[in-house]
Amino acid sequence: MTLLNIRNLSVDFDTAGGQFRAVDGVDITVNEGDILSIVGESGSGKSVSMLAMMGLLPWTATITADEMSFDGVDLRGMTAKSRRKVIGRDMSMIFQEPMSSLNPCFTVGFQIKESLRIHMKMDRAARHRRAVELLDLVGIPDPEKRLKAFPHQMSGGMSQRVMIAMALACKPRLLIADEPTTALDVTIQAQILDLLTDLQKETGMGLILITHDMGVVAETAQRVQVQYAGQKVEEQEVRKLFAEPHHPYTSALLAALPERATERHLPTIPGVVPGQYDRPEGCLFSPRCRFANDTCRKTDPPVQPPELGLARCHYPVNAKEGVA
Amino acid sequence: MLRYLIGRLLTFIPTFIGVTIISFSFIRVLPGDPIIVMAGERGMTEERYNELYQQFGFDRPLVVQFWDFFTGVLQGDLGTSYVTKRPVFDEFFALFPATLELSFCAIVIAITLGIPAGVIAAVNRGKFFDRALMSSALIGYSMPIFWWALLLIIIFSGNLGWTPVSGRIDLLYYFPDVTGFMLIDSLLSGQDGAFVSAVRHLILPSIVLATIPLAVIARQTRSAMLEVLGEDYIRTARAKGLTPPRVNGVHALRNAMIPVITVIGLSVGMLLAGAILTETIFSWPGIGKWMVDSIYRRDYPVVQGGLLLVALLVMVVNLIVDLLYGLINPKIRKR
Repeated sequence: MTLLNIRNLSVDFDTAGGQFRAVDGVDITVNEGDILSIVGESGSGKSVSMLAMMGLLPWTATITADEMSFDGVDLRGMTAKSRRKVIGRDMSMIFQEPMSSLNPCFTVGFQIKESLRIHMKMDRAARHRRAVELLDLVGIPDPEKRLKAFPHQMSGGMSQRVMIAMALACKPRLLIADEPTTALDVTIQAQILDLLTDLQKETGMGLILITHDMGVVAETAQRVQVQYAGQKVEEQEVRKLFAEPHHPYTSALLAALPERATERHLPTIPGVVPGQYDRPEGCLFSPRCRFANDTCRKTDPPVQPPELGLARCHYPVNAKEGVA
Repeated sequence: MLRYLIGRLLTFIPTFIGVTIISFSFIRVLPGDPIIVMAGERGMTEERYNELYQQFGFDRPLVVQFWDFFTGVLQGDLGTSYVTKRPVFDEFFALFPATLELSFCAIVIAITLGIPAGVIAAVNRGKFFDRALMSSALIGYSMPIFWWALLLIIIFSGNLGWTPVSGRIDLLYYFPDVTGFMLIDSLLSGQDGAFVSAVRHLILPSIVLATIPLAVIARQTRSAMLEVLGEDYIRTARAKGLTPPRVNGVHALRNAMIPVITVIGLSVGMLLAGAILTETIFSWPGIGKWMVDSIYRRDYPVVQGGLLLVALLVMVVNLIVDLLYGLINPKIRKR
């Protein structure tokens, strides 16, 4: 069953220098039990599209979409009040910096129990039982004691576990993890990812994993969506994407993985993601693309059929004869 | 915690010594001779002058005079007023409730209006309310206090006749001092209308005295809130589906309180130190007015003793503020 369906989502920010389009016509589909990974460099609009859906963007943002529905409910034009009944309950989110994402003035227990009180209307004792259960679930030893701890008394990995416990408190149908491991040590990263996938399997919720780490994608996701400069440039099942990337950007990202490098120097993608003032004409990736020609630099690329990973490219790579 | 408290109390010692030196020398640096002032326009004979000069101990070296004052202070004796011949200590505590009552009302007004105003301004940053509020805060902060007081007196006491011009209570009422706080004493006296009269006398001076702290607290709350509202944990709170009043009023405000408590503490210190202008304009019999009068009279013991007590009060308020930090933000408690 389709849990989340987003068609042609765009987000514009009012800035001092005029409108800036952070997300540009993105489609996202998540089914129940799905693990979707959204990959892309910093500034490719991954987090913004998720925050837009949660209604967490500042008022300078203008959100438009042809469709944006969660569990059959239209999220567009929803009042802030009814949206608050959904977010934090059926749809929850964890963030990049666990240490700064927890409020330093309140105990871990207070912060977990807060959602339980507001969304589940549990009484004091039930909230306490559930909070202990949640900390246990995310692998925090001695949960009773930990509930009384303040965020500054915990490590980054612990904090992220607490964030996960908080997000899972009301048994959400969809969990959005926005670069959950970026701020953590490598050893802790693996633990957190394992925890997330285990919990996903147990509960059958949908999971959206935002990351810029292809290694994380390979380990966890089922389906991958690659974003570049606010556009979705490719979407494929994870194994296929690693085997046959169709967009030159995806292929360049994969080539930059150390384990795939064949030369002494790690290949890189020259240049940076275009910002507000240097958006190129035609294909947004053209200035950094090895294969770009004049067509790419003048006309917007078409979206290729699903066999070619919906690649937004004039000349998709790894295309078999006759398909493109 | 106890160790911290003891450590803090130890730092009081050098401050205390410094304050005694300053308060002792301050009044002596001012030109003017207390004996001449006491004599008034009639003047006095040279003999009488010399007699008093010796009686007050002015013939001894300054260092010896200071040492007398200092040892007196350590024994709890602040000396006796040249003018009223009453111990400075007694005078201070007879007048202090008036100042405390006024400062308390003023700070309550400043906090109950200032914090919500700052929060609302921060949440509606850049919008009309924010601009209107911050401009009024700037005006409130920069307005000369005596002018503002006179303006209010002209409008509310003069033209409208709503409030009395000065004093603490109508002369119709008389009852003994029990606590020294007019609001409480008037209630205890059981006289009809006494409490209302006390309240009416308090309104204008409280508003005048609250103006600057109100402006400072509102601006500080706004800027602290703006900083906190950009923090990651505020996004987390909103992602939980909490209502804006809960996000702003609980999650954000508690974090924003540290700098706000600091300015509240400073304001309380300032208010207790005697709202000199306000008390003078409204003839409020408090510490501020007492100190000013004593300076005019060159009443050395009162000025130096009063300064010392006020400084002690400010130190205690600061200590309380520091202890509050730990209560609000547990991260600070650890250090």
